[in-house]
Amino acid sequence: MAYSVTTQTPASRIASIAGLILIVALIALPFFAGRGTIQDMFFILTMLVLAQFWNLLAGYGGLVSIGQQAFVGMGAYALFGVVILWGLDPVPSILLAGVAALIIAVPTAFFAFRLNGAYFAIGTWVIAEVVRLLVAQWKTLGGGTGTSLPRSATKDMWFVDLIQDGLGVRSAAARDILAYWLALVLALATIGGIYWLLRTRRGLALAAVRDNMEAAKSVGVDAARMKWIVFLTSAFGTGVAGGLIYMQKARISPDAAFSVTDWTAYVIFIVVIGGIGTIEGPIIGVLVFFALQSLLADFGSWYLMTLGVLAILIMLVAPRGLWGLFSERTGIQLFPIRRTLRGGKLSETKE
Amino acid sequence: MIWVDTIIQGILLGGLYALFAAGLSLVFGIMRLVNLAHGDLIVMGTYLILLLVTLLGLPPFLAAAVAMPVMFCLGWALQKFLLNRTLGDDILPPLLVTFGLSIALQNALLETFSADSQRLPTSALTTASVQAGPISLGVMPLLTFASAVLVIIALNQLFYRTELGRAFRATSDDATTASLMGIKPANIFAIATGIALIIVTIAALYLGLRANFDPNIGPARLIYAFEAVIIGGLGSLWGTLLGGIIIGVAQTIGAAVNPEWQILAGHIAFLLVLLVRPRGLFPRAND
Amino acid sequence: MALLQTRDLIAHYGDFQALFGVDIELAENETIAIIGANGAGKTTLMRSIAGVLNNAAEAVMFDGTAIGTRPADEIMAQGVAMVPEGRRLFPSLSVEENLLIGTYGRKTIGHWTLETVYDLFPILRERRNSPGTALSGGQQQMVAIGRGLMSNPRVLLCDEISLGLAPVVIKDIYKAVPAIKAAGASLIVVEQDIAQAMAVADRVYCMMEGRVTLSGTPDSLSRDAIHDAYFGAGH
Repeated sequence: MAYSVTTQTPASRIASIAGLILIVALIALPFFAGRGTIQDMFFILTMLVLAQFWNLLAGYGGLVSIGQQAFVGMGAYALFGVVILWGLDPVPSILLAGVAALIIAVPTAFFAFRLNGAYFAIGTWVIAEVVRLLVAQWKTLGGGTGTSLPRSATKDMWFVDLIQDGLGVRSAAARDILAYWLALVLALATIGGIYWLLRTRRGLALAAVRDNMEAAKSVGVDAARMKWIVFLTSAFGTGVAGGLIYMQKARISPDAAFSVTDWTAYVIFIVVIGGIGTIEGPIIGVLVFFALQSLLADFGSWYLMTLGVLAILIMLVAPRGLWGLFSERTGIQLFPIRRTLRGGKLSETKE
Repeated sequence: MIWVDTIIQGILLGGLYALFAAGLSLVFGIMRLVNLAHGDLIVMGTYLILLLVTLLGLPPFLAAAVAMPVMFCLGWALQKFLLNRTLGDDILPPLLVTFGLSIALQNALLETFSADSQRLPTSALTTASVQAGPISLGVMPLLTFASAVLVIIALNQLFYRTELGRAFRATSDDATTASLMGIKPANIFAIATGIALIIVTIAALYLGLRANFDPNIGPARLIYAFEAVIIGGLGSLWGTLLGGIIIGVAQTIGAAVNPEWQILAGHIAFLLVLLVRPRGLFPRAND
Repeated sequence: MALLQTRDLIAHYGDFQALFGVDIELAENETIAIIGANGAGKTTLMRSIAGVLNNAAEAVMFDGTAIGTRPADEIMAQGVAMVPEGRRLFPSLSVEENLLIGTYGRKTIGHWTLETVYDLFPILRERRNSPGTALSGGQQQMVAIGRGLMSNPRVLLCDEISLGLAPVVIKDIYKAVPAIKAAGASLIVVEQDIAQAMAVADRVYCMMEGRVTLSGTPDSLSRDAIHDAYFGAGH
């Protein structure tokens, strides 16, 4: 019997069939769900994207950033900038949002990579503050009070007419549906892209760097380059998500777009609760997070306090999160990365 | 002359930032732990002093003296029962636990004291000023700065003149070998965090006396403290004071040019130092 | 009764088993030497006794009490001090501070004080204010031994104190042993240098691959027996 090296597990095969069915259902959702559901799903999907990118940084790259709001805010402001100043359509501008985040990610990395470990975390935060304060000086985009997308731009957005006619909904609802579909595409591309990245040689190198920087160096992994790749990738993705989130909101201010609570604290809690260092973790995490929010949002600060305490408890009791607990008990992995050797006779190796 | 005045105000403001930073520097120096809840602990200290002032009618300075042992015990317990469990080779647990603590603490304060901004009661002393030639110096900023210098002198004495200080340094160098000397690293860490919270209480006192505060201002204090520590060089207490002064001077100069630029100027000064001297102005040799 | 004793001591580093049931005994005022090649488990044995590694409670007995599960600081406080392999001076502390920290967990009045340690190693008095790590290897080893003595321990564990030192320096350091014994401590000396071990010890244990393969008084052990116990009989 021949050997074969595979990353597939029985669970991952069942999961891919179930996943396909789920994706079809999600695409079809606007045909039977109300506007409230679509908005909730938009929130879930965009938070999932932010969580996946933070997880890529911290869980796989070992780069704990508390400055992701810099990229959300920068992406969002870039989108508003090109729509308001250049008159571009918001939909294609989402990609420019990612590019803008990428552009500020380069100097950010240049500074933050000079700091190690925990200090990297606060360093990214400082830079996010700097970007926020600078953007607040941008008077054409409303300075500290912010601004709105012009009505003309949102009304004539690509695809909105099509959706309006096709589904027979009003313009505002059509915009939400468009945003939802874009968020779905972004979330699928993010999960698929990260899964692909982690299964390539680069991705294996990443795991090696996280587990042991010195050992990784000795087998020829260029750790510094991996850090850059991960940081820039995640900045781009976070910027795209930021652009999309604020395209849907259509109203922006520096304090909201650069909020450390909304775009970094929540995201960290999602990943920690779900399970850091796995692709499944953020998915579980965002669902738990949404459920908690629906239950507790009325309690204001109690809700955030609960999240903080929950994150502490999980870090102490089950540092691999809910998915880690589940996966340890059952051995189930939906996105297997570990390669398994199958077939052959192990006894042949004996003397 | 106005510039000299601005710079002197900046130096005195730097004393406040050095007070914010000294506790952070102490804890990092001994156990390589960065406490992201440091700023929120300062704000909590201010509310504790406010509580003692309003409930017991104590003057703020006396209230701070009463708060100190309470804060020491709190820091000791926090380290002993929570943070010690997160120490290890992996940097994620301490960061994420202290981040969770920061958010939880901030919102607990919001829930208890509301988002309204508060201030410790001022007296004649706190608003008085002295005339030094053409420049008028507030008594409060002078006291803050003097306290920062005293705190740093006291910490240096503790580190280099006492048995506990030797144990701090030995544990920081090599915790396993320290345990062979009869030192319990877990206890040393707990005492260090307790002392850090005593300094936090002093910082909290001046924070509350000099300006308004509310539960949300903790993270910004953490950032100023962090900048001062990095500028000074990790583990160097006098460097931390200098770092605080640099942030303070940059902020007052920025504010003098345009009030909106105060905070930004401080951050930019930090980034410039990071660019030129990534390890700070007085880096410790064995880090 | 033995002052210090290990009984069927087993130690692991993760999945790797380093000790397979080691029994040694140290009587009051006795000096024993542990010899063996690299990886024989000598340092693991020392770390287990000192409490750096945790064991079954009864696996290490000191003065009639089971100390196998006690942490290092408590074992030190009871009077078992260790001079660790590689000296491990504290770089932030001066020579004198390195000596003083040796009394942190145990302040027993006895023969050893700063003055008597300086008398034992006079060069350290001259260098008392230098950083510990600025000294030569031999001087650093003197600081490490002095640091161990400062608490007036009942047992001093010396792990590879001649490692990496020139023969003339090693001789200097071993000259201190009679004084240490005279002050009332019992010693366990881990050595790779067989001749040195034979010269200093009342009894010798030889270890190989985590087990004691030979023990006895120096004059009762033949060269061949030691060779076999050291390298295995096949060599």
